Amino acid sequence: MIKLSVNGKTHQVDVDPETPLLWVIREQIGLTGTKYGCGVAACGSCTVHVDGVAQRSCSIPVGSVGQAKITTIEGLSRDASHPVQKAWLAHQVPQCGYCQSGQIMAAAALLKEKPKPTDADIDAAMTNICRCGTYQRVRAAIHTAAGNKA
Amino acid sequence: MTHHRKLDRRQFFTSAAAVGGGLTLGWQIPGGAIPGLAQTVVAREVGIWVVIHPDDVTTVRIARSEMGQGTLTGLAQLVAEELECDWSKVRAEYVAPEVNHANKRAWGDMSTGGSRGIRTSVDYVRKGGAAARMMLTEAAARQWGVPVGECAAANSVVTHRPSGRTLRYGHLAEAAAKLEVPKEVPLKDPKDWKIIGQGLKRIDTAERLDGSLTFAIDVKLPGMLNASIAQSPVFGGKLQSWDAAKALAMKGVRHVVKLDDQTIAVVADGWWQANQALKAMPIVWDEGAHAKADSAQIAAFVKTGLDAAEAGVSQKKGDVAAAFAGAAKKIEAVYGSQFLNHATMEPMNCTARYDADGKLEIWVPTQNGEAAHAAAAQAAGLSLDKVKVNKLHLGGGFGRRGQSDYVRQSVQIAMQIPGRPIKLIWSREEDMQHGFYRPITQCKLTGALDAQGNVTGLHMRIAGQSILAHLFPSRLTNGIDTLQFQGVNAEEFGYAGIPNLLVDHAMRNTHVPVGFWRGVNHNQNAVYMECFIDELALAAGKDPLEFRRGLLTQRPKHLAVLNVAAEKAGWGKPLPAGVHRGICQNYGFGSYCAAVAEVSVSAQGKLKIHRIVCAVDPGHAVNPDQIAAQTEGSFVYGLSALLISENTVKNGRIAEGNFDSYEVMRLEGMPKVETHVVPSGGFWGGIGEPTIAVAAPAVLNAIFAATGKRIRTLPLKHHDLRRA
Repeated sequence: MIKLSVNGKTHQVDVDPETPLLWVIREQIGLTGTKYGCGVAACGSCTVHVDGVAQRSCSIPVGSVGQAKITTIEGLSRDASHPVQKAWLAHQVPQCGYCQSGQIMAAAALLKEKPKPTDADIDAAMTNICRCGTYQRVRAAIHTAAGNKA
Repeated sequence: MTHHRKLDRRQFFTSAAAVGGGLTLGWQIPGGAIPGLAQTVVAREVGIWVVIHPDDVTTVRIARSEMGQGTLTGLAQLVAEELECDWSKVRAEYVAPEVNHANKRAWGDMSTGGSRGIRTSVDYVRKGGAAARMMLTEAAARQWGVPVGECAAANSVVTHRPSGRTLRYGHLAEAAAKLEVPKEVPLKDPKDWKIIGQGLKRIDTAERLDGSLTFAIDVKLPGMLNASIAQSPVFGGKLQSWDAAKALAMKGVRHVVKLDDQTIAVVADGWWQANQALKAMPIVWDEGAHAKADSAQIAAFVKTGLDAAEAGVSQKKGDVAAAFAGAAKKIEAVYGSQFLNHATMEPMNCTARYDADGKLEIWVPTQNGEAAHAAAAQAAGLSLDKVKVNKLHLGGGFGRRGQSDYVRQSVQIAMQIPGRPIKLIWSREEDMQHGFYRPITQCKLTGALDAQGNVTGLHMRIAGQSILAHLFPSRLTNGIDTLQFQGVNAEEFGYAGIPNLLVDHAMRNTHVPVGFWRGVNHNQNAVYMECFIDELALAAGKDPLEFRRGLLTQRPKHLAVLNVAAEKAGWGKPLPAGVHRGICQNYGFGSYCAAVAEVSVSAQGKLKIHRIVCAVDPGHAVNPDQIAAQTEGSFVYGLSALLISENTVKNGRIAEGNFDSYEVMRLEGMPKVETHVVPSGGFWGGIGEPTIAVAAPAVLNAIFAATGKRIRTLPLKHHDLRRA
């Protein structure tokens, strides 16, 4: 049994410690907002916060998580009221939406670290792939969430 | 519209509760029926497109698939416009494919490709909304005992004008539902539109912000198992042997299932377990005839088409040979482009459950509900009425999910494990290596100029792989794939002023499967034609914009968008030092597009795309903000293809496995995209694809302006952009 703290709740899961955190979140804990996109930490669809830092959960063995606090998209806010989620709605960022949990989690972590990010900060932090191509609106929404002037 | 009364409602509402009900009321577990809903809904179905609830919440039925292109909102806008309902109360639900089938396709075509979702259904969905409005108005008039002509509908309320009395749609729906659907249904004059043409927010964004939207890959069903699949790495190869014991010994693994000669799957409790076991299981493949094929061989083979005597002709006007013989200047250039995977973010997946009583149910992300339905039934050997299809929103489509290979496979597995829902998820590597790739083509262009720099002749010879030959050979016309000429056929081609013209295609099919990739052949053809037009302009000593204007005089709508793009971009006006412009235009999927790109190239050869200004005329613009979103997104897709994405063939198989080797554009690389929607009215053009075609040629033409280097083969990453 592995003990895991996800969105403020403690879970006991009976899995191989090598199992990627992504699949434990999706299949054992049942939170499917975190997505599988590549399995090799290349696309960012599986981004969650590990102790507040954006991490790609597809490449973290669940056995290595220990006491760290995991936050998924479902735990980012109670009612989609996080400034990033509100900005995402205002800018109509999502198209298909599949990568957006990861994009939002990456953006939220960026703003926590740098409340007033520059374009260069956004370029460096937001490396998640979106095949629908929503990047222009992702950038604008991050500026809005930060209270930056457009 | 009279057949509406004959609809098989019982069957519909089984589906409405499971799928549509889920969409309307917030996703339930798909398949979990909502008791009691069916009765309520039946009584409030006003015509076939609209259900009105007591609180005025209005559910619009959608036959097409939402994959991010905003069609759910656009189609709902069309219905709501005629329905005169309160837009804030509009919701949407999918029509189930088996219900459409059982009702003689009352909801029409479900295929969502070719940018057709809106433009080919505008009439009947608007009539559906208008019919419902007429029925609601009639119900109010009857309740009041007044002539219907004295009543008017707006904002989900019917008003009796002389007395000022009002009744809400929610109150009228049950009575309206009992009325005959009117046969004569006039539509509003476009000048009276209030909802069509507005950049309204999408009605389905909230569930994409908090992880609550259930994609097919997220479906959870009692007793469900997960499957990971391996197909012959070399296209056309076959399974020879495998060591199932090795996989079965691993934790959580339940089954090793052979699907067919090319495909094997491991089924386990969890997907990661299934995938690990599949990777650990020794499989021997008979790689077949193409085991040694590689990209160089394929390129050489395609090249043989450039000068082949035999070619299918699209356009032939005048005498190009005579024009070349008499030319003051003859220009020739050869272009080429690569294979490309769609790489939707959600990998191919489908869940299927086969019950021993001979019924099958699937949960699927598909661009074509009817094709998925048919593929599932065929794979199971069942009639269509025994197969229930739950359509879920797609995590990207781009043409890939018009194919049903993954649907068939999930059914093939489920048939061998009756009673258990089986969720098949392709690994990213499987997805990358078993796509329906954008076809490889090359193109030789030859142009003739007279002494004044007028184009007197043009020959465009395309050589390469045909999508229709691979997917729909019956749709070839006398052996010709007419799609190969997208953008350069007589109907779409802008440069009608060229007196001697030949556009032809030498088919060169490889063993690599090809398919419809967002924008399809417009992508390559627009690069070839629009860059070569710039080459001709240069040879003629003319400005690329002025040169195009001279050739587009017979094509006012092509010309109009070109002028908008040029004006909005400030063509001819000074730019910051080192920044250069390129321009192009293309007409496809019923919409006119043009773009101006601004780029700079550093001394080290590093490209920066600063801005692309796009003008698009789709005739009528249903939702300008969604058009802008599609333009922005299509440019990212198209620029990935231009700059960095590429599938190569080594030892008969696709060499790239994941996003570490198949590069795609990320946020950092996206230029500022400025979209100008200029609807000229009178027609309905597509939106999902048309704009993609103008991104790459505008950038290539700007790169030439910046560097003097004419890049003719894609992707650009193989070229040194440093000034010579």
